[in-house]
Amino acid sequence: MPLMEFFTTHWLGQLIVIVAKCLAVTVPLLVSVAYMTLADRKIWGAIQLRRGPNVVGPFGLLQPFADGLKLFLKETIIPSGAAKVLFIIAPMITFVTALVAWAVVPFDDGWVIADINVGILYLFAISSLGVYGVIIAGWASNSKYAFLGALRSAAQMVSYEVSIGFVLVTVLLCSGSLNLSEIVRAQTGGIHHWYMWPLLPMFVIFFISSLAETNRTPFDLPMSEAELVAGFHTEYSAMTFGLFFLGEYANMILLSGMGVVLFMGGWHAPLPFAPFTWVPGVVWFALKIATLLFVFSWTKGTIPRYRYDQLMRLGWKVFLPFSLFWVVATAGVIAFARGH
Amino acid sequence: MADAEIKNLTLNFGPQHPAAHGVLRLVVEMDGEIVERCDPHIGLLHRGTEKLIEHKTYLQAVPYFDRLDYVSPMCQEHAYALTVEKLLGVAVPERGQWIRVLFSEITRILNHLLNVTTFAMDVGAITPTLWGFEQRELLMEFYEGVSGSRMHAAYFRPGGVHRDLPAGMADNIRAWCGTFPAVLDDLERLVTENRIFKQRTVDIGTVGADDAIAWGFSGPMLRASGVPWDLRRSQPYDTYDKVDFDVPVGKTGDCFARYLVRMEEMCQSHRIMIQCLDALAKVTGPVSADDRKITPPRRAEMKTSMEALIHHFKLYTEGYKVPAGEAYAAVEAPKGEFGVYIVSDGTNKPYRCHIRSPGFAHLQALDFMSKGHQLADLSANIGSLDIVFGEVDR
Repeated sequence: MPLMEFFTTHWLGQLIVIVAKCLAVTVPLLVSVAYMTLADRKIWGAIQLRRGPNVVGPFGLLQPFADGLKLFLKETIIPSGAAKVLFIIAPMITFVTALVAWAVVPFDDGWVIADINVGILYLFAISSLGVYGVIIAGWASNSKYAFLGALRSAAQMVSYEVSIGFVLVTVLLCSGSLNLSEIVRAQTGGIHHWYMWPLLPMFVIFFISSLAETNRTPFDLPMSEAELVAGFHTEYSAMTFGLFFLGEYANMILLSGMGVVLFMGGWHAPLPFAPFTWVPGVVWFALKIATLLFVFSWTKGTIPRYRYDQLMRLGWKVFLPFSLFWVVATAGVIAFARGH
Repeated sequence: MADAEIKNLTLNFGPQHPAAHGVLRLVVEMDGEIVERCDPHIGLLHRGTEKLIEHKTYLQAVPYFDRLDYVSPMCQEHAYALTVEKLLGVAVPERGQWIRVLFSEITRILNHLLNVTTFAMDVGAITPTLWGFEQRELLMEFYEGVSGSRMHAAYFRPGGVHRDLPAGMADNIRAWCGTFPAVLDDLERLVTENRIFKQRTVDIGTVGADDAIAWGFSGPMLRASGVPWDLRRSQPYDTYDKVDFDVPVGKTGDCFARYLVRMEEMCQSHRIMIQCLDALAKVTGPVSADDRKITPPRRAEMKTSMEALIHHFKLYTEGYKVPAGEAYAAVEAPKGEFGVYIVSDGTNKPYRCHIRSPGFAHLQALDFMSKGHQLADLSANIGSLDIVFGEVDR
């Protein structure tokens, strides 16, 4: 049997291909998560007039691995009052949901594991599942801090998903497709074709909601150390904590990736001519994600935290009506344009 | 399911809690996120300072005052020194007084920088703390320069200060004064007008003027509630009557007003520091009372004078006897009125030493301030109280 045929038709060959594809996404992703933690700390360091990690390896480049190794070697402490099975499952849920969502994200034209035509819905569904990890963790810990943190977190994630949902609707009204690659293709032709311009308010709402969705400042209430110690992962240690941490950063990268796909033209170069087009699409994609992630860190370094009721008010009384209005307005404009 | 009983959630807040500012333990009763009652449990840092002082000579007691509120050590030495001087009836030379005022104001900035920035951290902003700490580090170098210690200085002693400023110190302090306003501006731009910061602090933990007096508030806590009361102005000690400064007074008595008062006090302290430096350039002479029964002789003198050597030996072993009587002196410490009350029985050790610490009075109002607020506001309130457990528990 020729090799090509083996990989395309034989079940074992197909399995190997799929596993290879998954690894090709997961491994770079985990490495970026590791370096995202380093970048975060470096950026905060710069904001706070200090150096950030710079001891382990040149410029602290090995710091994330040292941290990972440390977490790996620590003892996993399970509180005696905890629901043991759920306590261990919770971080896995968070981590896995943060990873599986990447299946539909197009890194370049055609570089996508599953090019399904309901990609956006899949992303939305998976990111909603992430809340299970949090709420199970809070409940299974059998600790009041964790419990309060989980309740806050669940309420917050659910609330902001509503406005993210409307943001997604406006984008798919414009592109006419639920397939993420199609959405990117609809933004072909340079920076002025990106959806971030006509849908600028939606882009802003999306970004702020993704801060809330990933529990980052100013919405880091679930783990606000001034009140709830560490929120839902108060009782977690070692690698169970590590999984939450990795999941949280993977989620940040995921939501930035979503932002790039939906509003910033995905893999497209900002200007559709050489030399910009010489750079591979995947590099543009990564650069755009890095830009958004920088804003994540920047925000964390500069602003305080909302109170719980203020956060809910912002979500339900400001973002929801506004995004609802914008959906209707966008739909109206598109219908009007079609009519003519 | 007959009558289901709804119980409040009781939360044990601290003592190992990131927002507990040391070892505060609160038992908080909450209805959902609303604080119904919070009960401070203190005493986890109790060291029996007052009792220990009864067993030390008057000079040996000085370092205990550094360790009360370890964020503003010299102001507390100041209160103790003033009390002992009152009992002894000695006068401090003018240069000593100016140095004391200078370092009291450095201490005030040290304290307020820490409080204001950790308060911002309590409401979620992480950056101001690190900005503030850099300045604190520079100020502590001045502490180190005069006393050899960054925090526990033991520099203000009955009769004056331990030593004159080392050469070049005044210039260094003046150079620092030149850079500080820019730092304060940066801090102000980052925090003061931030909408989220305002949402978290305005109308939180409001204390009216009458309540503030009834709860025994003093210092910035009292002034933020609209009571213009500052011991530096109402009963000036040392050379405070010769310096020109304003007493900032808040209007609303909420967390934001307390923050603003402290920010403005730093500006005023900066003003006072410059005046002190100007005065120190002119005023020369000794820095401590020229009474060998109270202050030790110069080191050089001891090499040649037998009498000086005996004085030194007596002072550092037996100490000095203080006439029988009692005295109270208070200073405007950064946190409020810090007072020391000493009863002397005529021996070389105090018969009784009572310490009036502002933090203790402020902490008792926490329940009153936080009732009906959210849990997050409780942290904001704790931050705005400016409590340090060294002085609350003593």
